Amino acid sequence: MSSRSTSALLYLSGVTVSFDGFKALNNLSLLVEPGEMRAIIGPNGAGKTTMMDVVTGKTRPDSGEVVFDGRADLTKLDEASIATLGIGRKFQKPTVFENHTVRDNLVLALAGLRKWHSLLLAQPSKAENDRLAEILAIIRMEEQQHMLGARLSHGQKQWLEIGMLLAQDPKLLLVDEPVAGMTDVETETTAQVLREINRTHSVVVVEHDMSFVRALDVKVTVLHEGSMLAEGTLDQVSADQRVVEVYLGR
Amino acid sequence: MITRFLWQGMDRSLRLFVLLVLAIGVALPLLNQLTPPDSAFHVPAWLLQLMGKYLCYALLALAVDLVWGFCGILSLGHGAFFALGGYCMGMYLMRQIGSRGVYGNPLLPDFMVFLNYKELPWFWYGFNHFWFAMAMVVVVPSLLALALGWFAFRSRVTGVYLSIITQAMTFALMLAFFRNDMGLGGNNGMTDFKEILGFSVQADGTRAVLYFASAVALALGLIVSAAVVGSRFGKALTAVRDAESRMRFLGYRVEGYKLFVFVLSAAMAGIAGALYVPQVGIINPSEFSPANSIEAVLWVAVGGRGTLIGPVIGAFIVNFGKTWLTGALPEVWLFALGALFIVVTLLLPKGVVGLWGQLKARSQAKKARAPA
Repeated sequence: MSSRSTSALLYLSGVTVSFDGFKALNNLSLLVEPGEMRAIIGPNGAGKTTMMDVVTGKTRPDSGEVVFDGRADLTKLDEASIATLGIGRKFQKPTVFENHTVRDNLVLALAGLRKWHSLLLAQPSKAENDRLAEILAIIRMEEQQHMLGARLSHGQKQWLEIGMLLAQDPKLLLVDEPVAGMTDVETETTAQVLREINRTHSVVVVEHDMSFVRALDVKVTVLHEGSMLAEGTLDQVSADQRVVEVYLGR
Repeated sequence: MITRFLWQGMDRSLRLFVLLVLAIGVALPLLNQLTPPDSAFHVPAWLLQLMGKYLCYALLALAVDLVWGFCGILSLGHGAFFALGGYCMGMYLMRQIGSRGVYGNPLLPDFMVFLNYKELPWFWYGFNHFWFAMAMVVVVPSLLALALGWFAFRSRVTGVYLSIITQAMTFALMLAFFRNDMGLGGNNGMTDFKEILGFSVQADGTRAVLYFASAVALALGLIVSAAVVGSRFGKALTAVRDAESRMRFLGYRVEGYKLFVFVLSAAMAGIAGALYVPQVGIINPSEFSPANSIEAVLWVAVGGRGTLIGPVIGAFIVNFGKTWLTGALPEVWLFALGALFIVVTLLLPKGVVGLWGQLKARSQAKKARAPA
């Protein structure tokens, strides 16, 4: 591969996506540095989820550049290749494999084997078992490890999904509305967990909940109608007249 | 390595079930050959032939279940793979007739002489060798599955659309095989077989061996399926069934998984068809009929999809019902089939095997509720 074109971990430049003439993303540019945690906020329809879809390969942009780690052109790769490069995604609604045990969910997420033929003869290795034990301890689910995903509570599923992201060990983590439907205490715990994860991974969080974004205490990007409206600390962007207009209406 | 692979997916109940299949595979032919016809234990030849047929159906059902129950690909065209395997066997058996045909042509089968063929079409070459025909039994259905699956899975065709494509495939093949200039016997298909490996197809001993071979094929099918489903590949496979896009975002290239089971399943169906043809003595294009494929899906639904034992039991139950009803009350059969489908869909979503689990759970719940 050629040398790095940018120092940013994630580089979006002039990205436009339109669905039947409606521009979900309109000339969007965004930089995420290695090790950074970034919060992305914006009213409904601002293009937050579409941006995630573009980065993970679910949606192809009409124009613009999307570069990961300075090398990989994400507009040319499919979901599986992008995931293998090191981009993990957590969905708004927790999606765990319901007919698999907690442990098997983690096994499937573990970084490493992905090809069908290598999985046919794969046997659990010591390193893998150690890593699984570690993750089960972090998400506090050792006792539930043989329980089926379908039998977990909503909160437990969220935790398992975070465990799956840890198992996947991506360089960049995209997290879509992690605290939707959570109590205040759970929200605070989730903020702690994300800060914990941020020590070793770069994270992009999309969120509506302002108290949660405040608790994260990181740089904020405000999206509006598919483009970036403002960027800075939460206090800075809250003071921005345009942001106030967008959120409160004229 | 291989034995470990084959052993890993087998739990105790499946081991017992495989032994049961093999035991029936040995016992019935022995009872047929060794007991006098008036003995109470005597198994008549017709029963042996019937059971042999059912064993082939059971293997087909297992193949359907492997893709539908474990990977969520509802194939409504598996009858095509079964029929292709059958045709490969039929071509071998036709060439064994040699000069004993009605027209006595040493090279050309009767229907070709009748249709004024001057020489053997190229695709008949090699089918006079048993080994070649047996290889084709696996290769031809696998190649078709590979081609169809390659395009369908890469284009992410799923659900109802995929089912319709598989259905259209078997229908198209049926129309093609009905044509006389396909060089495969047209609407009459192939029949009047004489010998297989030098033994008369009609002889009781040959029938016993064919029956036994069907039981062994089913047992091997169960063992291989269990190994695949029980491996980490199998875990990924059911995960693809339950949440395909989640697997993509985890970095799995889903197409490879689907393609492998689809081809494996087609090969199993082909073997089932090849064992079926010498036992029933005929293969014709009606085996490609879409209704056959749909019936196979019904066997799986009745027995219990997503289990390995279920499809085998389902194939036996439905076909016993069919044999009995079409003899006793022929006009009722199709209504019974429809009713069965409704009952299974409404009351037994996990089939007969699932019913067993439901009853067990209920009795346990009752026990738990009873005061200690």
